[in-house]
Amino acid sequence: MGLFKSVNQLGAWGHFKILGPIIIYASVLSVFPLGSSLWFLDGERFTSGPLTGGGVMASHTFLSLLLFYLYSFHLLRPIYCSFGSNGFETTSVPKEEEFSEELLLKPLPDYKVLAHFHFTSISPPSSSNGKHHHLFPKSIAQLVKKYKIRELELSFTQGRWNYDRWGASDPLSTANGKPPGVELWALFDIPTKEEIDATWRNLTHSLSGLFCASINFLESSTSYSAPLWGFLPNNGDLRYGALPREAVCTENLTPWLKLLPCRDKAGIASLLDRPSIYRGHYHSQRLKLRSDGLNGIVIEQTLSVVLQPIDRTSWSMHQLFKKSLTGKCALAKSSKVFLEIERSLVSQNENILELVGEADMVTNDQRDHSTIYQYNVERYSEHEALDIRVNWKKLLQVSFLQAPLHASRFLMGSGNERGSIAISLQSARNSTKGLYDNSKNCFTRVVILQVVPWYVKVYYHTLRIYVDGAIRDAKDVVEKINVTPSEDKVSPGTLEMMLQFPCGMMSAALILDFDKGFLHIDEYPPDANQGFDIPSALVSFPDFISRRIYPDSISSPLLQSYKGRNIVKSYTEVLLVPLTTPDFSMPYNVITFTCTVLALYFGSMVNVLRRRVSEEERLAKSKDKRKPGLIPLLISKISNKVRGIKEDSANQSQSSEPILGPKVVFKVVLIALIAVLGHYFFNSS
Amino acid sequence: MEVAEVEAEVEKKATATRSRLIVRLAALLVSHSTLVSVVCCLAGLIALLVLPLLAKNTYISENALLPGSANPVLSYQHVTQANNLIMDIMSIADDKQAPDIEIPKLIAKYMEILGAETYHHKFSQPQNQFHPLYFFSSSPNSPPTLANLSYGTSTVGIIRAPRGDGKEAIVLVSPYNTQNAGGIDASASASSIGLAFSVFSLLSRATWLAKDIIWVASDSRFGDHTSVSAWLNDYHNPNFIGDASSTRIFKRAGTMACGIVFKVVEKERREKYEDRDVVTLYAEASNGQMPNLDLLNVVHYLAVHRQGIRVRIGMFGGLVKSHLVRVLGEVMQQVGRFARSLNPDWRFEMPSSEYVEGTATLASSIYSQALGVPTGPHGAFRDYQVDAVTLELSPRFSLKNEHTRLAFLLKGGRLIEGTVRSVNNLLEKFHQSFFLYFLTAPNKFVSVGVYMIPFAFLVAPLPIIAASLFNLTSNRNPWRWLHTAKPLLITHTWSVVVTLLPFYISKISDLPSTHCMLTWAGGSLMALVILYIVFGSPYSKHVEWRLLKAVMIASVSIGLCLMSIINFATAQIGALFVVPMCLFALPIRVKTNNSLIRSMVMTCNLVMAVLGFPVTAVALMQGVIKGFGTVSILEFWDSMKFLWGWNSATYLYLVLVHLPCWLLFLHILFHPCR
Repeated sequence: MGLFKSVNQLGAWGHFKILGPIIIYASVLSVFPLGSSLWFLDGERFTSGPLTGGGVMASHTFLSLLLFYLYSFHLLRPIYCSFGSNGFETTSVPKEEEFSEELLLKPLPDYKVLAHFHFTSISPPSSSNGKHHHLFPKSIAQLVKKYKIRELELSFTQGRWNYDRWGASDPLSTANGKPPGVELWALFDIPTKEEIDATWRNLTHSLSGLFCASINFLESSTSYSAPLWGFLPNNGDLRYGALPREAVCTENLTPWLKLLPCRDKAGIASLLDRPSIYRGHYHSQRLKLRSDGLNGIVIEQTLSVVLQPIDRTSWSMHQLFKKSLTGKCALAKSSKVFLEIERSLVSQNENILELVGEADMVTNDQRDHSTIYQYNVERYSEHEALDIRVNWKKLLQVSFLQAPLHASRFLMGSGNERGSIAISLQSARNSTKGLYDNSKNCFTRVVILQVVPWYVKVYYHTLRIYVDGAIRDAKDVVEKINVTPSEDKVSPGTLEMMLQFPCGMMSAALILDFDKGFLHIDEYPPDANQGFDIPSALVSFPDFISRRIYPDSISSPLLQSYKGRNIVKSYTEVLLVPLTTPDFSMPYNVITFTCTVLALYFGSMVNVLRRRVSEEERLAKSKDKRKPGLIPLLISKISNKVRGIKEDSANQSQSSEPILGPKVVFKVVLIALIAVLGHYFFNSS
Repeated sequence: MEVAEVEAEVEKKATATRSRLIVRLAALLVSHSTLVSVVCCLAGLIALLVLPLLAKNTYISENALLPGSANPVLSYQHVTQANNLIMDIMSIADDKQAPDIEIPKLIAKYMEILGAETYHHKFSQPQNQFHPLYFFSSSPNSPPTLANLSYGTSTVGIIRAPRGDGKEAIVLVSPYNTQNAGGIDASASASSIGLAFSVFSLLSRATWLAKDIIWVASDSRFGDHTSVSAWLNDYHNPNFIGDASSTRIFKRAGTMACGIVFKVVEKERREKYEDRDVVTLYAEASNGQMPNLDLLNVVHYLAVHRQGIRVRIGMFGGLVKSHLVRVLGEVMQQVGRFARSLNPDWRFEMPSSEYVEGTATLASSIYSQALGVPTGPHGAFRDYQVDAVTLELSPRFSLKNEHTRLAFLLKGGRLIEGTVRSVNNLLEKFHQSFFLYFLTAPNKFVSVGVYMIPFAFLVAPLPIIAASLFNLTSNRNPWRWLHTAKPLLITHTWSVVVTLLPFYISKISDLPSTHCMLTWAGGSLMALVILYIVFGSPYSKHVEWRLLKAVMIASVSIGLCLMSIINFATAQIGALFVVPMCLFALPIRVKTNNSLIRSMVMTCNLVMAVLGFPVTAVALMQGVIKGFGTVSILEFWDSMKFLWGWNSATYLYLVLVHLPCWLLFLHILFHPCR
């Protein structure tokens, strides 16, 4: 972990520049293992070997090495070629590492602007140039290799994606909507479950170090789950975890930027002015990677921010980001800025919107949902910065394409004992009229994935489903269900459910009852007692695909990803469950109280155990002859005085008269009176 | 008594001459039970009277609240917008035929302009059902029947915190009455809405929000509390069966962190000249629950130190004028002065006027908690474990003048803004400060550790007396108390019957309350007679009056202690009635030597037999607090109806603890003493 961090801090690209020749040399040696002691790259660990190895290297003649190097490439050439021809998509598998940067700006109906940064790095299958990378972040490559990751997505999100207003069924919102906090899922290429779990644990620690976040909290088996088909169909090699409370800030952005070859020094990433982007209403930073033997590793780094322009009717890129875009990142293959205008925003009147700045290309998607204006960044320079300006002539209140059902989740009940989780699905029929017909055989399928921490003890048999105000038998609605009940302090409960609702349905609700558990004292988090979070549920609609197909003339990884068959899905709110929490700030009271009780208890217990009855009686008999103790005597004296009963027993009066006679009492009272008067006198004077 | 004590002394000497110290101390206490009980009761009474002196100044315990650390940003722009809304509401109230439909629409329109999510919440008047044992479950989940009844419409707007995660919400409630929209206090009612709107419009642009804001413009045609509790019930326990359209539009915003209810009330004639705007705080929720003291502190701090608004809390005006309390105040002042002259460090001197006010406020605080009935819509929040407070703002000048109205809205709005901001700062639940306290002034409180002392003093002699009486009986069998189980069982069975009777009476038909009262009394009497016939006379051969008294005291002390856990204030007031009854009970036919003492005790007994009857006790209590002119014994049914309408445990206390105690007291009084 620490190692990755250090690599990260130095920067993969910086390493390459400084150590370039050495690494080339190393690659030669590793391609032709000579069995020498010059191995300083051991696959995963990039030790400080290069510098010490440099000394050893000096003994070789440089010329022979160069020859060796050239020869090695000559030998390897046929292998490269065969790889290329066997590739699945020859166009998409580049021979070299590639990097492209894109920015998509999209006006939203409530006058906010969505800025979607999209950076793609592609590394061809690793055997092409060994363990060395020109552009591709080495730390990620090492991660993929070590943990045998097939797919991974990590998102840091702050705020909520407003599915109602910002759209729910277009590819951008399907990809953008992420639950608050951190979400991580990964598909592994490892056969056994135990190994996958162990690898996941290591992965969380590595990512934790890489991104300066407490992702390592996902290590515990109570915090991640292995859904089989609720999230993504898989063979049990998927792990999914979420940390709803993780705060997102620049400390997470900086390591993310370091994965880019130009960081934020040049190109589109230079727009990322921290105060501007963190002022936004929604902020989601993601890293998605795919790896397979054919295509190599593909990383998509995306950052989506929803910004509120100061002037709602007119904004420009410079106003939004407080920075100007003066040119592309020199290492990027392509650098483009898109402006996407939803059809619904402009359909009523074309003159409603005015664009300043000439686009390089304007296209519509196949179904005519949106228009894309493309700007090539390489045309712009410091003298002429790219600054797209949008003026609204009239403000429209429309909403973007909605998901077929709007999902929301809430808690029912009150108190510290029990409650219910309710997931409510509301039809958004007005906005998706075309998708529905009211025939009897039409069904909408809904998949719900709900992961619940163990201390919220859900009783899955209490599942009640209401459709349009009538309770429905679960058999009629549930098509497929997979429940993994939670195990106390071991694993969370996972509910995967595929439901079938009639298309004409207006609303549905799912209710699950739960009991609130008790935590052990060291299981309480050290933070403020706000309550405990239930991570967002994922509601997906497998029958609805969000895709936008643009003409092939635009070659852009971002728009390419729009073509994929992305299932429409939405995340629900995070829930806050108040659990019984002891007042940890009062241990003192508790300790004193318990100690008193214990002392009393043990004292009397020991007393009872120690005592022997016969001996006691004998002692009592012998003691009867002696004088009583002073304190009991005093008490009986005082009580007798108060009650005014004259002492009748002669032996008591004999012994007590010298101690407590009326004279003595008088003297004591007199002295006390003098003391009080003296005190009063001195104080008043 | 004298003979008995000597007997006990002898017995003590015979059996436990050399027992352990603690046993001997207990035996000593028991043998001097009369003295102990007199001393304890006096100490309890004195401690109760001294409570205003022992009150501490409030302080903000939770540092995260940071009240007043940010300058208020509510500006004239927000207030003028709110003023437009007020003018629109007033014009609708004057012109339109159906203000109860138009005003919610108007409010929703204004909310939508701000970008809030809005919906209307419809509710009907709940039937005032009798749930004798429902006081634990505060939310009887009955499906609303909107079809045949008239219904109210609350308008709800939600602002989502821009960068928040939507887990928590702050609720603002502003009640207004559409039925009385054109009435006398129409401008005040509209001003509550205006006040809420000004704050809401500010919050809709606020970037610092961490919690969502819900504004409920609640329709108070069935009372302020009804609408809020109906909305909260639908929020927490929605009904999915039946008409789904209402559950469809209902929107939520996470767990509630706090509820702030505020309304503007324009006093028509003030008793005295006010030099400032006044905000009156109401905090008591059902069964003596209070919101966290920090919430009150924040409001008080912001009102007094930031906005210059005077803060008031409930106070019994009658007690301020009472001569007895004034004399007490003078005495306390003198005692304090004397103590201070003895030692300057003893600073519990208090001016008599302050003492009088403190006593009146404390009495009001204890009474409202003891009644177990919430003093405002905030009580509905407490039923769902949400801290809430009601602020009643009354302006210094008339609201009819636009300038003074704007100034007032600005002040009040800034107070609410500050409070919202403080609660918004809070990362955790309210837990730092006190939940159990009485207030003696807006900035003075008596915490649980102090106010338990008088009660402890009052209850402490009961077990001692019981033990001493038990020792004094002639029967030496340790199981002798079992003989008295029968009268005890009869009494308590009877009290359960009496508790449940109103349920059946209220089901009969629309009887006038006096008839109900008489039916209840007749039914109770009949039940008692039947029980006697079934179980036989309570005065059997083995039932000595001392034994009966011991058992009565034991059962009463258990009842009082249980009640002190449920609602402390009720137990406190109840102890003032019940403890003397327990201590003084003496059969009329008993023979004693001292005839003077006997006649005094008998007089006390007869007085207590009358005053200790729950009906007269309640009337007496209300008379002391509100003045005797308004009190009538026949209103007992109505006041009981009021109690069970609010699910108050005080009703259960009166019938299940106080009534059996009184009956046993009568049993002892008329004991044959064979």
